[in-house]
Amino acid sequence: MRIPLSWLAEHVELPKEHPAEWLHAQLVRVGFEEEAVHGGELRGPIVVGRVLEFVEEPQKNGKTIRWCQVDVGEVNGGVRGIVCGALNFEVGDRVVVTLPGSALGDFEIAARKTYGHVSDGMIASVRELGIGDDHDGILRLDEAGIPGEVGADALALLGLDDQAVEINVTPDRGYALSIRGIARELASSVGRPFTDPAETARAAVDFGGASGTAPAGFPLAIDDGAPIRGAVGCSRFIARVVRGIDQSRPTPAWMAGRLRLAGMRSVSLGVDITNYVMLELGQPTHAYDLGKLQGGITVRRAHAGERITTLDDVDRALHEEDLLITDDRGAIGIAGVMGGAETEMDASTTDVLIEAATFDAVSIGRSSRRHRLISEASKRFERGVDPAVADAAAARVAQLLVELAGGTLETELGAEVGEVPAMTPIPIPVGFWRTLMGADYTDDEARTALLAIGASIDEGAETWTVTPPTWRPDIVDRESLVEEIARIVGFDRIPSVLPVAPPGRGLTRAQRLRRAVANGLASAGLTEVLVAPFVSEQQARMTGAEPVRLENALDAERSWMRAALVPGMLDTAHRNLGRGLTDLALFELGRVFHAIDGHGTAELPGAAERPADDVLADLDRLPAQPDHAAVLLLGERVRKQPGRPVERYGLADAIESAERIARTVGLELEVRQAQREWLHPGRAAELLVGETVVGVAGELLPAIAAEADLPRVVAVAELDLSALIGLARVGLETQVIAPVPAATQDLSLVVPIDVPAGEVRRAVREGAGALLEHIALVDDYRSAGSDHGGLGAHEKSLTFALRFRALDRTLTAAEASEAKLAGLAVAAERFGAKLRE
Amino acid sequence: MSIPDENADLGARVDAAVIAALAAIEAAQTTAELTAAKNAHNGQGSELASLNGSLRDFAPEDRKAAGQLIGAGRGRVGEAIAARQGELAAAEELAQLEAERVDVTAVPRIRSAGGRHPLTMLMDEMSDVFVGMGWEVAEGPELEHEWYNFDALNVDPDHPARGESDTFYVAPADRHMVLRTQTSPVQMRSMLTRELPIYIVAPGRVYRTDDIDATHLPVFTQIEGLAVDKGITMAHLRGTLEHLARVMFGEEAKIRLRPNYFPFTEPSAEMDVWHPGARGGARWIEWGGCGMVNPNVLRAAGLDPEVYSGFAFGMGIERTLQFRYQLDDMRDMIEGDVRFTEQFGMVI
Repeated sequence: MRIPLSWLAEHVELPKEHPAEWLHAQLVRVGFEEEAVHGGELRGPIVVGRVLEFVEEPQKNGKTIRWCQVDVGEVNGGVRGIVCGALNFEVGDRVVVTLPGSALGDFEIAARKTYGHVSDGMIASVRELGIGDDHDGILRLDEAGIPGEVGADALALLGLDDQAVEINVTPDRGYALSIRGIARELASSVGRPFTDPAETARAAVDFGGASGTAPAGFPLAIDDGAPIRGAVGCSRFIARVVRGIDQSRPTPAWMAGRLRLAGMRSVSLGVDITNYVMLELGQPTHAYDLGKLQGGITVRRAHAGERITTLDDVDRALHEEDLLITDDRGAIGIAGVMGGAETEMDASTTDVLIEAATFDAVSIGRSSRRHRLISEASKRFERGVDPAVADAAAARVAQLLVELAGGTLETELGAEVGEVPAMTPIPIPVGFWRTLMGADYTDDEARTALLAIGASIDEGAETWTVTPPTWRPDIVDRESLVEEIARIVGFDRIPSVLPVAPPGRGLTRAQRLRRAVANGLASAGLTEVLVAPFVSEQQARMTGAEPVRLENALDAERSWMRAALVPGMLDTAHRNLGRGLTDLALFELGRVFHAIDGHGTAELPGAAERPADDVLADLDRLPAQPDHAAVLLLGERVRKQPGRPVERYGLADAIESAERIARTVGLELEVRQAQREWLHPGRAAELLVGETVVGVAGELLPAIAAEADLPRVVAVAELDLSALIGLARVGLETQVIAPVPAATQDLSLVVPIDVPAGEVRRAVREGAGALLEHIALVDDYRSAGSDHGGLGAHEKSLTFALRFRALDRTLTAAEASEAKLAGLAVAAERFGAKLRE
Repeated sequence: MSIPDENADLGARVDAAVIAALAAIEAAQTTAELTAAKNAHNGQGSELASLNGSLRDFAPEDRKAAGQLIGAGRGRVGEAIAARQGELAAAEELAQLEAERVDVTAVPRIRSAGGRHPLTMLMDEMSDVFVGMGWEVAEGPELEHEWYNFDALNVDPDHPARGESDTFYVAPADRHMVLRTQTSPVQMRSMLTRELPIYIVAPGRVYRTDDIDATHLPVFTQIEGLAVDKGITMAHLRGTLEHLARVMFGEEAKIRLRPNYFPFTEPSAEMDVWHPGARGGARWIEWGGCGMVNPNVLRAAGLDPEVYSGFAFGMGIERTLQFRYQLDDMRDMIEGDVRFTEQFGMVI
């Protein structure tokens, strides 16, 4: 909401010096954030001048300029010579002249030599003055209907000497979308008197009828057959008729200036008046061309298949929930949102019917969103318009149409239906403002604050009964009353008291382990990234899990939620490569999303009380959202350095990272050869804890790497961290650390080439039994070319280093050999392994 | 006792052999040369060895004196060898150490530096401030049921924030699932499941349909706090926030509350933090929203607002990181450029 200061000052006194800064400070105190200050860009001598004569001078650049003699009044130096590039004015026109020493924003006007003349000022265009877009259009004051003698200050005439403060109004405070609402807030904030423009408007117009006897000069009806959430769409409808207006009259400059500062364009006198009244009182009104109406007006819900063309010339299909203004022909407006084109005022309109109605916030909000039509009217109705101000708004529009457009008010043709709903009184225990806020607000302060916002109080000894003012539908309970008291008396009165929580249990085990995993990976040289989880369908489906789709993604290409971390990390890797960072070791810990059958619920339970346990259980039928941990490695692990060759990231690094993650939570991974469509068929491993697959590691399928614009070798690993932490070692059966020597032996054996070394290792370990303390593969030898090394073409030789130890004695070599051969025997039985001679 | 001639002769031969041996030992420049000298002058076939062997030719009464004479000679040679051995070994060790000298400013680097993302580190740091006060860290789904994200938090079914212009909806549209727009659903889940009193913080990712720019991300990180207990007041809220502010920004930090509106709190406030270390000098910075838990929210959790009251607050981690480290552009936090993370390393 933008508040022109001159307008506000009509209702509450503002200081002369720095009113914008002062206003800002006062409004922030009561909960309105400042967004900006508008206006004040034009400064200095900007005056009315009259063009006495000009000579057109064609220039070499093809342009024609006018060398003008302009009378700017004796006080401003009389007649001045001014060069002007625009051609849309005549001799005798009154124009706006910016004299040397004035400024348009940062542009300072000075007498300067141009096109062979000294131009002693400038004739201003509408765009330069900020009141239109036409750069070449000189503002002709006669044509615009703007009075003012030659030499007079043009800024005041044009309403350009004003400023507006823009504030952010929270959605609960619709009343503040008006000068009236802000003036009242300001007055209560600073304790100054407030003049209510609604009272002024009511007093200015005499409708003839005594209060309580609504005139019935126009057929009006509210016929809501389908109230939304129990609320009738229209609670009150007021119609007033003004005849004989002259639409050709220009909008007065003061009104156009205020509208402009408030952020609205000047359209025509009739429309400007309704907008002006809306800004002033917060009540949207509509003016119909009375001659175009057919019969009376009925407010009702739309029928199936009904359509309307709105003022913006869009033909709209209506929904049966839409509240309509109708006449005998059908819809002539979507209530509270936008009027129809057929009954709109035009240049020849003389007789108008003014509508000032109170519409239900929910109904208007739904129509506005349904038609994606957010108007100044819908914005206000959706946030709640004072249901008691409609009569004042209608009166104010009528008054302005009479005063400015030359119309005549036909009081006997007006009509009213409906009534102002009563506000519900709220009981509040005396002192509750202290109980809830922990502040020493006195009862006197509470009373003053509540009266200042317009509430009435029925004071009992222990309980006050407070009736909020009609413009505060947001005040519904004692807590909202306390908010008003605190807001007016001051949040700065709340002291600072640290509450003492009961003893806590610290982080959960899962939280500690997740941190340990992240710290472990970072210490191992990987860099943590956080990737946005929005991916393409192809990325979402890459790893095979059933993904989840968004209904309203920002980017249609990325309308799926990630089902794994690696696909999104490919984009991150690509971005880094594009920035010249070619060696990458990335990791991410984050949620992934897997659809489950029939996730979500058809019903939305109420929230008035705790839902039943089975209802709560249903709400948890959400897609699975485990935490994953993933690494992505590409480029050089060890860069070329003195005494060190290049080493490149590959499968081994991916597996090592995965093992590091598992070890962090106290687990050893079983690595098993595997196939995944998105991984290199020969370089993919399944990672298991016991018989549970907890992740994969491998090199990316080169085709996928190429598609992602990445190098051929991209090593990746992804683990279900939630599952891993669920399996994490709990407790430990500790081993005796025996202080006896170990016996070490090597075992070289020959197996068929396609037997995985890990399987052989497992067989040897099982066969060798409890004496085998440690086993490591130290060589994998295969026959190369003519050098068979005693191996067949489909054989390989694996050498393991074995370390044996007994807990209670020093082993003999014979005992160690016996255990080794027992290991060999199991490998021989499973894979036909032979001892290599 | 007189010394026979043979003995006089023997003494001369031993002296000669010892002198020759000592000269050879002295001349040896390597342990190999020393070994050769040792073999030549004290080993088998050496003069001293053969003299030793000739002892049996002596008369028994002379044999002892002769033996002592030869033994003393061999002893002197042995000592000389041992001494020289020590000298040479020390010299050779020195030479080897010298040969092993490297330029320590040019050793190869095997592992890259690595680092934690500053957002997760900051989230941990802020959580730890609360853990230190006995609070616990609560978590919940990021893809949440609409009831938890809105209805339970007193957001009216017709509230504009529920529109598609603010909230990501999950397909199928009629199953009431959203990406949580704040971590507040965790508050509701905590109130439904935890024992009272409740003192929790809920850090995590949240989602809004904002286009990416320097100060907006469609996915960002929040930390929210909730305290529900008997007799909780807004003064407790302020005290808690000021404690957090002082831990994070220094002893001079303080909190200012300004009236605002949120459906889930009443009264509601915007909080500003006085940041003594702000770029360009100490000043107030908008930090987040807070307020007293709306009684409708307590009722939806099955708690009696006549008995319990609570406060809640929330702030953006990105925003906190932004003003703590003078980061102009939030996009750096989500793009994954490793240079951004690496400048923080493991410390925030």
